[in-house]
Amino acid sequence: MAEERRPKQCTVVLPTESMKAMAESIGVGQLQEESCAALSEEVSYRIKEIAQDALKFMHHGKRCKLTTSDIDHALKLKNVEPLYGFQSQEFIPFRFASGGGRELHFYEEKEVDLSDIINTPLPRVPLDVSLKAHWLSIEGVQPAIPENPPPAPKEQQKTESTEPLKAVKPGQEEEGSIQKGQGATSAEAKGKKDGLMRMKPRSTHELSVEQQLYYKEITEACVGSCEAKRAEALQSIATDPGLYQMLPRFSTFISEGVRVNVVQNNLALLIYLMRMVKALMDNPTLYLEKYLHELIPAVVTCIVSKQLCLRPDVDNHWALRDFAARLMAQSCKTFSTTTNNIQSRITKTFTKVYNKCWLDDKTQWTTRYGCIAGLSELGPDVIKTLILPRLTVEGARIKAVSDGPVVSNIDKIGADHVQSLLLKHCASVIAKARPLPDNVEQYRADYGYLGPMLCSHVVKARAQAALQAQQVNRTTLTITQPRPTLTVPSSLTLMSTRPGTPTQLSPPATKYIVMATSSGSSSTQQVLWMASICKISRTLKLSSSAVANSAVDMMKLALMRTATGKGDPELPLLQRISSLELPASEIAAQINA
Amino acid sequence: MAAVQDGQLNLEVEKDIKTEITNDGSGNINANSSSPGSTSSGGKSKSPAGSGEDQQTLLAVLQFLKRNKLTESVDILRREAGLSADADDSPVSESAGAGSGGVPSVGADGGDANSLLSRVSIATPVAPPDCGLDSHGGLATPIYFHSSNNCACTVVAASGGEDQPDVNVVLSAYSQQGDPVLYPLYYNGLKKFIESVLDCHRAELSQVFYPLFVHMYLELVYNNHENEAKQFFEKFSGDQECYYEEDLRILSSMSKKEHMKGNETMLDFRTSKFVLRISRDSYQLLKRHLQERQNNQIWNIIQEHLYIDIFDGMPRSKSQIDAMSGSLAGEGKRDANKAKVFYGLLKEPEIEVPLDDEDEEAENEEGKPKKKKPKKDSMGSKSKKQDPNAPQQTRIPLPELKDSDKLDKIMNMKEATKKIRLGPDNLPSICFYSFLNAYQGLTAVDFTDDSSLIAGGFADSTVRVWSVTPKKLRRVKSAADLSNIDKESDDVLERIMDEKTASESKILYGHSGPVYGISFSPDRNYLLSSSEDGTVRLWSLQTFTCLVGYKGHNYPVWDTQFSPYGYYFISGGHDRVARLWATDHYQPLRMFAGHLADITCTLFHPNSNYVATGSADRTIRLWDVLTGNCVRILTGHKGPIHSLAFSPNGKFMASGATDGRVLLWDAFDDVELDDFTAATGHIHLPENSQELLLGTYMTKSTPVIHLHFTRRNLLLAAGAYNP
Repeated sequence: MAEERRPKQCTVVLPTESMKAMAESIGVGQLQEESCAALSEEVSYRIKEIAQDALKFMHHGKRCKLTTSDIDHALKLKNVEPLYGFQSQEFIPFRFASGGGRELHFYEEKEVDLSDIINTPLPRVPLDVSLKAHWLSIEGVQPAIPENPPPAPKEQQKTESTEPLKAVKPGQEEEGSIQKGQGATSAEAKGKKDGLMRMKPRSTHELSVEQQLYYKEITEACVGSCEAKRAEALQSIATDPGLYQMLPRFSTFISEGVRVNVVQNNLALLIYLMRMVKALMDNPTLYLEKYLHELIPAVVTCIVSKQLCLRPDVDNHWALRDFAARLMAQSCKTFSTTTNNIQSRITKTFTKVYNKCWLDDKTQWTTRYGCIAGLSELGPDVIKTLILPRLTVEGARIKAVSDGPVVSNIDKIGADHVQSLLLKHCASVIAKARPLPDNVEQYRADYGYLGPMLCSHVVKARAQAALQAQQVNRTTLTITQPRPTLTVPSSLTLMSTRPGTPTQLSPPATKYIVMATSSGSSSTQQVLWMASICKISRTLKLSSSAVANSAVDMMKLALMRTATGKGDPELPLLQRISSLELPASEIAAQINA
Repeated sequence: MAAVQDGQLNLEVEKDIKTEITNDGSGNINANSSSPGSTSSGGKSKSPAGSGEDQQTLLAVLQFLKRNKLTESVDILRREAGLSADADDSPVSESAGAGSGGVPSVGADGGDANSLLSRVSIATPVAPPDCGLDSHGGLATPIYFHSSNNCACTVVAASGGEDQPDVNVVLSAYSQQGDPVLYPLYYNGLKKFIESVLDCHRAELSQVFYPLFVHMYLELVYNNHENEAKQFFEKFSGDQECYYEEDLRILSSMSKKEHMKGNETMLDFRTSKFVLRISRDSYQLLKRHLQERQNNQIWNIIQEHLYIDIFDGMPRSKSQIDAMSGSLAGEGKRDANKAKVFYGLLKEPEIEVPLDDEDEEAENEEGKPKKKKPKKDSMGSKSKKQDPNAPQQTRIPLPELKDSDKLDKIMNMKEATKKIRLGPDNLPSICFYSFLNAYQGLTAVDFTDDSSLIAGGFADSTVRVWSVTPKKLRRVKSAADLSNIDKESDDVLERIMDEKTASESKILYGHSGPVYGISFSPDRNYLLSSSEDGTVRLWSLQTFTCLVGYKGHNYPVWDTQFSPYGYYFISGGHDRVARLWATDHYQPLRMFAGHLADITCTLFHPNSNYVATGSADRTIRLWDVLTGNCVRILTGHKGPIHSLAFSPNGKFMASGATDGRVLLWDAFDDVELDDFTAATGHIHLPENSQELLLGTYMTKSTPVIHLHFTRRNLLLAAGAYNP
C-alpha cells in the first residue's frame, strides 16, 4: 500500500497555470513559463514543508484534525508572518462544475451582509471548562454508569448475533477452553483441533443477581400502578447502556404480555407494554434487530386486533392503535434493510388484512381502523397508492353506517373514527398531490361520500402549510448568516453559466467565482491549483480545507512580494523566495516590463 | 587479509579519538565527531587537499571567535588543534570550505564539531552570548560547565544566524561527480550481492540499504540530476523498511539542490553519521565485495557518511536488528552507551515520625515506646542501606528540606502504609477526570504527587488549576493586608490566606501560545508550564501569579518537568536542545544538545541525577546532570516518542511512541558486557503481549492525556471529553 503511494509523492506539484492565475489575480500578467515552473515547484515544496511542521503542532495539541492555527504556528516557526483571520470550519465545500471542456473545483465565498451580522442575536456564551470525575474502573471492573461506554457496543452485539462463530468474547473463549480441558470427548477435541468441525459456542444468558433484581423492578414498575415509577422505569430502559444482556427477557416479556392481555382485553397493560417497546427502541445502545421477530407481531397485534378492551364503546383503544402504528412505522424506518425487507412485509400484511375487510363488510371497524392507521403511518407514498383509491368505497361504507338504519353503537363509533382518521391522513397527502383549485363537486366526484369533508380539510391543510412556510422563512432569515457552510447550495446555476455571460456573476467575489472561459482564465487555473493542493494535502494526510485556506493566501503573499521587487529586504518571505535561488529579480524584471 | 587489518586500524583510531573526547567530557559532540572516514584513517577517500582544507576551516572558526572576542574559546581550540598563534592571522575567508567542491569530508573533529554546532545554532540563533563559564561558575550552585561544553555554548552563541557557510561545507561533501546513470546499477549490484550472501549475514548487511539509498539520492539531487534522482527514488524507495516511510516522504519532496539548504532532515543525515552495527565477518564480506567490484561510489559513501560499529561475534538476526533500528541516525554507538549510570535511589533523609498518629494515640502509655522503636528501626535500616548503584548523596547539590517538606514526607509514608498491593488479580481502581467543554483545547495535564491538585494547559494559552479536594484554592492576601497580621499567632499560615478568593479553580494567564507542557513542583508551591511562545513560566500557587518567564528556547517548548527534589527543571522543544534550569537562575545551567529532531518529552530520573529526553528522531537519550554528557542513546522505536516514565526504583524506563508500541528499557545496568542486546536492549514485548495486558477500559469519547498513580495506588486519568 505504501509502495503504491510513494511514487505519487514525488510527483505532486502544483500546475504552472495556477502560478499564472495567482500572478494575474494580483495584477501581474505575462509570467514566463519557466518562471512559472520554477515557482510552482518551489511553492509545492514549501507548502509540503509547512504542512509537515503543522502536523507537529497538531500532534502536540493532542488532536487528530489539523486546524488553521497549526498552520499559523508552523509559519511562525519559519519566521513567516502567520495569516490571521482564517477560521477552521468543519467543512469547506468545494463545488464542482464542468463545461466548455473544463472541469473545475472551486470554493464559493459568500458575500456577507454586515447588517445581518449586526442584527442577529448574539450566540450563547460557551460554557466554561469544568472538571468531572467518575469511576472508569473499580478494582479492574468497569462499572456500567452513563459516563462509561456501554459494556457491549452495538457493533459487538451485532456481530455476536449475526456471526456467533467469529465474535467470541474472551470470557466465552475461556469457558470453551476449560470445557475442552475438562470434559470434552476425544472426538470433539479432535474435531476442534482439525478445525473441520467448529462448534457453535454456547452463549449463556445468565443474569447476575443485580441484573435479576433490576429486571424484576423494571418489569414490575412498567406494568404496575404507579405512574411515576413507570416513567422512571421507562426512562431507565430508554437510556441505560447496559441492558443488552436483559434484552431477550424483555422481548419475551413483551410478546407474552401482549398475547395474554389481548385475550383478556386488558387495554391498560397493552398500552404499558407498547410504551416499553418504545423505550427499548429509543435506547441507542441496543441492537434490537435480533428480537424484532418477537416485538413486531406484538405491535401488529395491538394495531389490528378486533378487540383490545372490555368495553369497546367507552375505552379509548383507538389511541393505543395509533400509538402502536407509529411504533411500527418507526421500526420500519430504523430496521428495514434490503435483506429483511420489513417495510414491504409490513405493508403487505396490512394490505392483506385491509383487502379482506374491504371485500368483507362484516369485518370489524376496529380492524379496519388499525389497518388504515398502520398503513398511513408508513408515509404519504403508501397513502397515495393504497388508501386514496379506496376512499370512495370506504366513504360509502361509512355513509351506510351513519345514515343507514340504527346499528350498534360500536359500529357507529368505529365508523366515526375511521372517517376522522382517513380525513386526517389523506388531507395532507391530497394537499400536496392535487393541484388547485379545491372544488367541492370535483372532490365529491373523485372521492364520493368523503369528498366534501376532504375538501374542507385540504383547504385547511393548505392554509396551515403556507403559514408554516412563512414562519420557517422568517426564522431562517435570522440565522443563516453565521454558518454559511452548512448548506450546500445546488450548483445548478453555475452549470448553466455559459461562456460569454460573465456579467451574471457578482464582480466583488472574483477570486473564486468561475469566469467565462474565454475572457478570464485566471480563476479557472486558480481553482485547478486549489484542487492540486487538495491532492497534496491528501497525500500528507491532512484536512485539505485548512491547508488550502492558508496556502492560497500564502501563495498570493509570496507572489505579491516577489512582484514588488527586492526593495523590501525586511520581508522574510521575500528573503525566502530569493534564497531559493529562484531568479527573483528576473521575475520582477519581467513583471515590470 | 588487508581488509581485516584495515578494519582493526579503523577501530583503534576511533577508540583513541573517542576516549580523548570523552575525557573532555563533551559527550554531545562525541556522538558525531569521530568516524572511520576522518582524516587519520579514511585513507582512500581523502583527497590531497583534505588536510589543508581542514586547517582552513579551523582557522575560519578561530577568526570568527576572535572577532567576537571569545578569546577563551580561541585558546582552547587552538590548544587542542595544536596551532600556532600566528597561523590564524592569515586572511582566510569565512566561507573557506564553501565554494570549493571536491572536498569529500571536513574531517577533523574541530570541523565536524563546528558543523554540528552550527546545526545547533540554526535552531537557537539568539542564545545569550555570555552563557558560559563565568555566569555559572561563581554562583551559589556549584554546577559548572565543562570547558569544552562551555566552548560549545559560546560557539553556538556566536555563530547564531550565520549558518550559510557551514551549510555549504556540509553540502559540498555531496559534490562528488559520478555518472548519475550508474547509481541505480551500483545500488542494484549491491542489492543482488546482499541477497545472495548467507542468510546469517543478510539481515545485517541489509541495514546498509537505507542510509545508502538516502545518501545516493541526496548526491543525485545535489548534483542537479533531478530526473535521475526521481527515478532512483521511485525504483528503490519501495525496498526500504516501512518504518522509514515518514522520512522518505520528506526526502521525496526534496528534489532540487536549493531545497537542501535549510532542510533539517537533510542536514541530519549529513552531519550525523548513520550508525550501523555489523559483525566483523559481515563487514569484511561487504568490503571485499565492494573492493572486488571497484565500486568506489558506494564505498565512498560508506566511508564518509556511515559509521560502522564493528563487533566480534555472531551476526545478529533480523529480529535482533529490528528491535534496535528505526531511529533517524541508526543505532546508538556502543561506546555512547558505556558510561556508568547510577540509577539507584538517593538515601531518604531520616525523619522522626511524630507520634500524633491516631491509632498510636489510641494505644496506652506502655505500648507507645515499643511501637515506636521497631517502626523507626525498619525505616532506619531501609535508608541506611546504601544502594550500590546509587549516586553519591552530594553528586549534585539538592535543595535543603524545609519543615513543610518533612511534613509532606511523613504524610507520604503514612499513605504508603495504606498502599494497596497491585497485581494481576488485584487491579487498580481508576478514577477518570473529564474536562468538559474544553472544545478540543486541552493540551497538557498534570497531577500533584498527593493528588490534591490538577492543572491543565490549554490551546488558548491559559493554564487552569483545580483543587480536587474540598480544600479550596486561596490566594495570599495583598501586602497591605499582610502587614496587619499578627505574625506570632499559631495559625499565621491560615491567616495569610484571603478567604474571599477561595474557589475551586484558578486561571493563570501569561502565555501567548498553546501550553504544551505542565508540571507541578513536588512541594506544590509552584507550577511550570511550557508553551508554543518559546517560554517556560514558573507560577506561584500561593499568589496564583507568574513568577519567572524563562526565555532561552526560541521555538515551541514541547515539554517541561520539575526534578523530583524540586529546584531544578528540564525543558525541551523544537530547537532540539534540552535545557536544565534552576528556578532561581534565569539562564539554563545545562544545555543537552544531540538530538536530531524535536525533543518531545522530558523526564527526570527519580534520583534527580539524570534526565531522559524522548525525541522525534525516534531515540531516547539519557543525560548526566552533573557533566552534561549523554550517557545513553536508546534506539528501537519506529516513531516519534511521546511519553516516558521511570519505575519508582529508577531501574527501568518505559517509553511510548507513535508507532503504537510501549517499550520497557532495562538499559542502565550491565553495560560492561559487550553483548549489545543486553547493553541497550529493551525488553521486547513478544507478539503475544496480549497476555501481559491486564485490562482495557474504554472511555466514551475522551482521549486519555495523562495518567497518575496516587500514593495509595489508585490510578487517576484525565482527558477532555469530545462530544
